[in-house]
Amino acid sequence: MNTALVMFIAFIAVTLGITYWASRRTHTTAEFYSAGRSITGFQNGWAVAGDYMSAASFLGIAGLIAFYGYDGFMYSVGWLVAYLTVLLVVAEPLRNTGRYTMADVLAFRFRQPAVRTVAAVSTLTVSLVYMIAQMVGAGSIVSLLIPAISFRTAIVMVGVLMLVYVIFGGMLATTWVQIVKAVLLMGGTILLSILVLAKFGFSFTDFFAAVAKVTGKYCEVGTLKDGACPGGAAPVTRDFTQPGLYYHGRWGALSLVSLGIALIFGTAGLPHILVRFYTVKDSKAARTSVVWAMVLIGSFYIMTTFLGFGAATLVGKQNIGVMKEGVLAPNQNLAAPLLAEKLGGEVFLSFVAAIAFATILAVVAGLTIASSSAFAHDVWFNVVKRGKKADDREQVRVARVAAACIGALSIVLAISLRTLNVAFLVGLAFAVAASANVPAILLTLYWRRFTTQGMVAGMVVGLLASVVLIILSPAVMGIDAPTAAVKHLIQADPVFPLDNPALVSVPLGFLAAILTSLATKEHPEAERLYDELNVRANTGLGAV
Amino acid sequence: MPDPMPPGDAPPAAAPEHDWTAIESTPAFRELVASKRRFIVPATVFFIVYYFALPVLVGYFPGVMSRDVVGKVNVAYLFALSQFLMAWAVMALYVRRARDFDAQEHAIVERAAGRAS
Repeated sequence: MNTALVMFIAFIAVTLGITYWASRRTHTTAEFYSAGRSITGFQNGWAVAGDYMSAASFLGIAGLIAFYGYDGFMYSVGWLVAYLTVLLVVAEPLRNTGRYTMADVLAFRFRQPAVRTVAAVSTLTVSLVYMIAQMVGAGSIVSLLIPAISFRTAIVMVGVLMLVYVIFGGMLATTWVQIVKAVLLMGGTILLSILVLAKFGFSFTDFFAAVAKVTGKYCEVGTLKDGACPGGAAPVTRDFTQPGLYYHGRWGALSLVSLGIALIFGTAGLPHILVRFYTVKDSKAARTSVVWAMVLIGSFYIMTTFLGFGAATLVGKQNIGVMKEGVLAPNQNLAAPLLAEKLGGEVFLSFVAAIAFATILAVVAGLTIASSSAFAHDVWFNVVKRGKKADDREQVRVARVAAACIGALSIVLAISLRTLNVAFLVGLAFAVAASANVPAILLTLYWRRFTTQGMVAGMVVGLLASVVLIILSPAVMGIDAPTAAVKHLIQADPVFPLDNPALVSVPLGFLAAILTSLATKEHPEAERLYDELNVRANTGLGAV
Repeated sequence: MPDPMPPGDAPPAAAPEHDWTAIESTPAFRELVASKRRFIVPATVFFIVYYFALPVLVGYFPGVMSRDVVGKVNVAYLFALSQFLMAWAVMALYVRRARDFDAQEHAIVERAAGRAS
């Protein structure tokens, strides 16, 4: 695996170079948080794509399709369509009214300390969960591909590197790391797709004919055990082009709808994506960034067809995993890297593993900067210091310290949660974002009658509902056989039947926000502030 | 421009202060908001309905969706693929319409800037 090591080191050297260059240009708050608004729409489009196509997209979706066929592709579709929500209702007004963080917009009309504190808690929760997922992914990949490096060391390595990017380079370095990573990821994915299609003589129908020969089984009721269903019922067989292998049974269709809600609304509430729109100079550039991001992200997600189905046909799900003492331990996250090995040998495997590592590093850096700005700008500067003394250097210092603390916390959590399923963690992040942040963002931009109490209630209810329902869902609760490789955290029958809470928690978030607003009254100044917000959001007048 | 300040704090002297409520009620601004709404509301309803048709059809009618169209390429895959084209089409339409919004915004900002200075 020496080639893998060389490629990792090359990527790290290049990105550290970028960080050094960026650190000499990062002095003020605006430079640290938003790269001095110097990024162009086109560059930011690549950076948004880089921030968005995380380990869950590259490793996770490929793995889901390789193991469950068509159903895995549902993630790909939802994650692109989600950008229409961002494009049509969120990106431009957000750019016009905010400055550094998501809470800038939320706190605009309302009493600052309460709203900023809740928004910062929600930002930290979403980012931390998202970050743990990436770190667990990184730890698995690196420790599996370079056996010399243990899981712990791999996580600490990722954590320390991303802290270096963020602390020294700020948003400028983070943005360029995203761009480099997005170019690598797109390049690697295009190459993989071409190699897969070449195996089928570049015939899409031949490719699908091969995919249709791969089959899977499931039970309408209960789980499949040793090829039989509980109560002696016959298992259902489906080929990989057909839906049903992942989402089936009594709650299958509803779970699919619930996942859809989390995916297409969650993106508009992801703090690390939203802050990207502050790095460009105005709302038109924000629009251009979404357009480029949609072109890139859409092309990438269509290509997950080739990654996932390619791994299903050419590698076979029975071979996706890692050999441990002569027994194969299945690991979905390795579908894409193993496909690369099959198609291009060890060198290509190393290349793809390096891309996966770069992907994770870049996403973690993006998450760290979003959450450290939330802490430094929202909690420290606006709540603790009451926004009184605009000391730039102090704010940047606090943000750097916050980045270090958040990084350390996520390293510790990732090490202790390393058995958790990565996709489940990312799903949690999307559901929390959709339930807590999206009602607050939409209502503050479009509803005059919204109040401080309404926003706080909506965010708290959305946050709690999504987190509690996930804990009660089959993702966390379940009874496993004593021999199962990955066990559920709580060994009991799940209380909540859907594996994604969005179907319930998103409406709850909206309901709490709306009902509380109707029951409370905002201070008289709020009416004028809504006029101001509305004019700013729609025209960009007075935008920084 | 001030960081949105807690009520009571004076904005920095350098920033020109606009009469936001007055601008909000000008016909030009009302027309801008109305024309945005005329595009964004139907477009949003359309994409949400089109999108949720996929999980609903796949979840509740897997048999119909599994029908092959060309070789083993079935309705479910083609419908999923059409979602990408739908998203790009709505995006392109929005970008075209947004040019009109930009012109309207520009006029409002020019007028407000002239008045504030």
